[in-house]
Amino acid sequence: MSHYAPPSSAMQSVLRLFSIPSLAKLGTGPLIAAAVLTMIVIVTLISPWLAPFDPLEMNPMNRLQGPSDTNMLGTDPFGRDIYSRVLIGGRVSLLIGIGAAVVSVFIGLIIGLIAGFFRLADTLIMRVMDSLMAIPSILLAIALVALNGPSITSVIMAITIPEIPRVVRLVRSVVLTAREEPYVEAAIALGSSMPKILFQHLMPNTMAPLIVQGTYILASAILTEAILSFLGAGVSTEIPTWGNIMAEGRQYFRIKPELILWPGLMLSLCILSINLLGDTARDMLDPRLKKRGE
Amino acid sequence: MTLHSFRSKGASRVRSLMAGALMASTALVGASAAWAETTITAVMHSGLRVLDPVITTAHITRNHAYMIYDVLVALDSEFKPQPQMADWTVSDDGKVYTFTLRDGLKFHDGAAVTAADAEASLKRWAQKDSGGQLIMDRTESLTATDDKTLVWTLTEPFAPLLDTIAKQSALPPFIMPARVAATPADTAITEHVGSGPFKFVEAEFQPGVSVTYVKNEDYVPRDEPADNMAGGKVVHVDKVVWATMPDASTSINALLGNEIDYIESVQVDLLPLLEGDPDVVFEKREPLGYQTIGRMNFKHPPFDNVKVRQAAMMALDQEAVLAALIGNPEYYSTCGAIFGCGTPLADATGSDSLTSGGDIEAAKALLEEAGYDGTPIVLMAPTDVVTLAAQPVVAAQSLRNAGFNVDMQPMDWQTLVTRRASQNAPADGGWNIFFTNWLVPEISSPLISPMLNGRGDGAWFGWPEDARIEELKEAFIDAGTPEEQLAVAKDIQAHNMEQVLYIPLGQYVSPQARRANITDMIPAPVPVFWNVKKE
Amino acid sequence: MLGYIIRRILAIFPVMLIVAIFVFLLLRLTPGDPAAIIAGDMATPEQLERIREAMGLNQPIHTQFITWMGRLLQGDLGTSLISGTPVTTMVGQRIFPTINLALLTIAIAVAIAVPMGVLAAWRHRSWVDYAVMSFSVLGFSVPVFVIGYIFILVFSIVLGWLPVQGYAAPADGFGEFLYRAILPALTLATIYIALIARMTRASMLEVLGEDYIRTARAKGVKESRVLFRHALRNAAVPILTVIGTGFALLISGVVVTESVFNIPGIGRLTVDAILARDYPVIQAMILITSATYVVVNLIIDISYTVFDPRIRY
Repeated sequence: MSHYAPPSSAMQSVLRLFSIPSLAKLGTGPLIAAAVLTMIVIVTLISPWLAPFDPLEMNPMNRLQGPSDTNMLGTDPFGRDIYSRVLIGGRVSLLIGIGAAVVSVFIGLIIGLIAGFFRLADTLIMRVMDSLMAIPSILLAIALVALNGPSITSVIMAITIPEIPRVVRLVRSVVLTAREEPYVEAAIALGSSMPKILFQHLMPNTMAPLIVQGTYILASAILTEAILSFLGAGVSTEIPTWGNIMAEGRQYFRIKPELILWPGLMLSLCILSINLLGDTARDMLDPRLKKRGE
Repeated sequence: MTLHSFRSKGASRVRSLMAGALMASTALVGASAAWAETTITAVMHSGLRVLDPVITTAHITRNHAYMIYDVLVALDSEFKPQPQMADWTVSDDGKVYTFTLRDGLKFHDGAAVTAADAEASLKRWAQKDSGGQLIMDRTESLTATDDKTLVWTLTEPFAPLLDTIAKQSALPPFIMPARVAATPADTAITEHVGSGPFKFVEAEFQPGVSVTYVKNEDYVPRDEPADNMAGGKVVHVDKVVWATMPDASTSINALLGNEIDYIESVQVDLLPLLEGDPDVVFEKREPLGYQTIGRMNFKHPPFDNVKVRQAAMMALDQEAVLAALIGNPEYYSTCGAIFGCGTPLADATGSDSLTSGGDIEAAKALLEEAGYDGTPIVLMAPTDVVTLAAQPVVAAQSLRNAGFNVDMQPMDWQTLVTRRASQNAPADGGWNIFFTNWLVPEISSPLISPMLNGRGDGAWFGWPEDARIEELKEAFIDAGTPEEQLAVAKDIQAHNMEQVLYIPLGQYVSPQARRANITDMIPAPVPVFWNVKKE
Repeated sequence: MLGYIIRRILAIFPVMLIVAIFVFLLLRLTPGDPAAIIAGDMATPEQLERIREAMGLNQPIHTQFITWMGRLLQGDLGTSLISGTPVTTMVGQRIFPTINLALLTIAIAVAIAVPMGVLAAWRHRSWVDYAVMSFSVLGFSVPVFVIGYIFILVFSIVLGWLPVQGYAAPADGFGEFLYRAILPALTLATIYIALIARMTRASMLEVLGEDYIRTARAKGVKESRVLFRHALRNAAVPILTVIGTGFALLISGVVVTESVFNIPGIGRLTVDAILARDYPVIQAMILITSATYVVVNLIIDISYTVFDPRIRY
């Protein structure tokens, strides 16, 4: 699978970073990461059954309590159970992350295939993508949320749009290389239909790098959700997400650092394991890079 | 070819790049301020963005106005009107008020303050203020007869006239130059020249970061000692800076670290952090504190229906709101009186459900009866002001429990202040309900409480059209004795709870904190910076 | 080479033009009336009509765009909806803290990350290598504000070494500036360090395998000299590239960090503008940061040709 060597570009060198075979060689690292991530996913999936309380249920008389038998991690400024909130919050954070990763990979794939295959469209598409990449993603995302309201869909969209150009560039570069391959040229020469060439011959080549890229987008989307919420431009404060819990905990940081530290820990563990798995996947799927790193 | 195959002699360049970056950062000059000898750096309850004290009742704008403007008459600590810029006489029939400006009054641009300035300022104010509107209904003329004399002639007596123009809040009539006061009352002024004890430093104004005021050296204070808003406004510091901090714990940390001198409003939850530090004092600035309230929009469904408004009130629980807002019961108390507990007119008629945990069942029944169809309630929730963040969240929960479909929209307070003025449909940039706080003196009488205004578009945000409340206020103006006044006040209380002009949600005190070397702050509802010393 | 530089400079114009179109459309494509957004909600129908007229909203969209671009090219970024201040004035007041913070951050990041990466490559697969790589994955995984709060907790509150908030201009004393800026800069630098250290390591690993390094070592050249004189300068181009691409991360970080440490820079200006829906300010901030990103990357691209005379385009 060595034929998707992207042309030298700034983005490529960033991507290249993510090959750290040394850690992969450790063996236990990715294993632990996988275990941690699986745990987080399972726990958040079944969180409605795990959480002892409704994460929205307020009890102002019992606010800002320390950990106790009833409230494992204590309560927040509205007397809500922090433990339940962190569990349920993970669900929404992961949902947003996965949503953004899937949508941006899907849209990026389509645009990237078009750009790579149709020379005419290529210049225009890549100019637009270059420009989109010039806009700092967090600013673009907050502007989009500011305009479209704090719903989950709007946040997913806001995180997705800045990620698309990165996917497009990747897909395009794979397609550009792949279309020079003899079997593709043969298919073109034989007059295969355009969709057939695109989806049967070209698209499979993009899958491996897309899986890796999708993993990194997932990690960065979860992180972006937290930052958006922290800045007050995320999903409505009524929906508990890791980011929202931390944003609310901000002014209580001196007296109740748990409000930032617990969701922060969960979030960091989650992103850390996704990143590690992404690195591993990359090494496995791209032996060429692995070899170079040795 | 990949980037990796580019080889270069770059190591020394990397080093020189680093050195260059360091040098560049030393060479760059940021906006700097040469500090005057004594500067008080204060963190106020909110950032200042709107600078016109007539177009908004926002407290921060009023506080700003007290810095740079002066008022004709002001209340002393016994809530009696006293001369500030002007002395007055009243004709025997109570119909003619003659104000005489004192000597030495000058605007910051050097021009003398004339009666014509006062006339223009009062007229602009009276278009916006509900008390001012009432006076204007009975006004025959308001004219400057010479540079120093202003004559206010009424068609019939208006006993509380002086109390109304002397009130410290919500919209006190500040005196501006006539050319500024010529600005239409619904358009923000763009020139900020007053005659008050401080000058606004426009060049250093950074909205959302800081506001700078310098001592007005030309200000001639009255001879009497400062007493509440009345008396001599003697300034003992050269400069006052209002700094905005992004969150409550940052300002607490800054106060503990002696980086700032004063915090107007400390979150009660964070007081334990200040406890052990001998150099920091926290205290209740004034005794009555604030009333926190909810206000609905009468213009749009579903709150155009009185049954639905009643249902909303029934659903709310003061104790829950206050506990989430303040936490420590030492600093709050439930109170069903719209005029505030501890005031002469206090009466708790109709507030049982509010002060005893809410009545969700009654609320559900009322909603049923009203045929509420699930129209979403746009509830505006400010997230940046500590004393306003909790009410919407708790209320949203209670309203949902009663069966309302609540669309809580988080925003910052300044956005809320702008948006609450929108009469659009809630789905189209308007709103259904919001929460705010009033100083108890601001709501302690039917003539000054902004919510008790039934003049439709002329009323406070929410725009109830309610002829009855206007009649009751007329009755209050005409009431001769305190007993009669109290009787009318009871009727107003009952009427409010029936029509739900607004929902009183209880009282709380917001402690202030200062470095111990900041002394002689006036214990007034408005935090003012005259009289204050920094040792 | 000159030809390349000129072509490269010319290439930024279409990119910025498209960015400007995005930013223009961002407000125009919003559901609702741009005039209502601009006017705020206090506006009466007559005022709205006046604003539409004044903004040229009654004109066809391309005419509007040309007018808007025309003002933009004259340096007119519009006026804040909330405070009525020209956006250029606001940016002028706020830009220096941000520039100074960014420069300090880059300096710190390079000073820490490059030796880290060199060390990791030099002691490949030793515990040093694993430690550096673990740190760099961690740096990517912890949100910048959590890092900020942990630093505040440790260095300001528990240890009491550094202030919790605030900013001092270097003009008021460089020591004071450093004293206040060091924590925010460290916070901001974390992700940058992670990025640069990874790149340095990867790039160094490749170079260290080359024949001329073996030759140098065989000739008995001192190891530190081999690493820093021979290897690092040959590994510099990708490192520089990553400093440029990482600049976008820096901008995102600035927005958050300034708000954690209460620094009156353009990051906080942006956050405030977003919370207050102050659209002209948001538009201007996107334009300015994008332009900065484009220019920084242009400079870096051009600097390759300076760094490595063998690169010809």
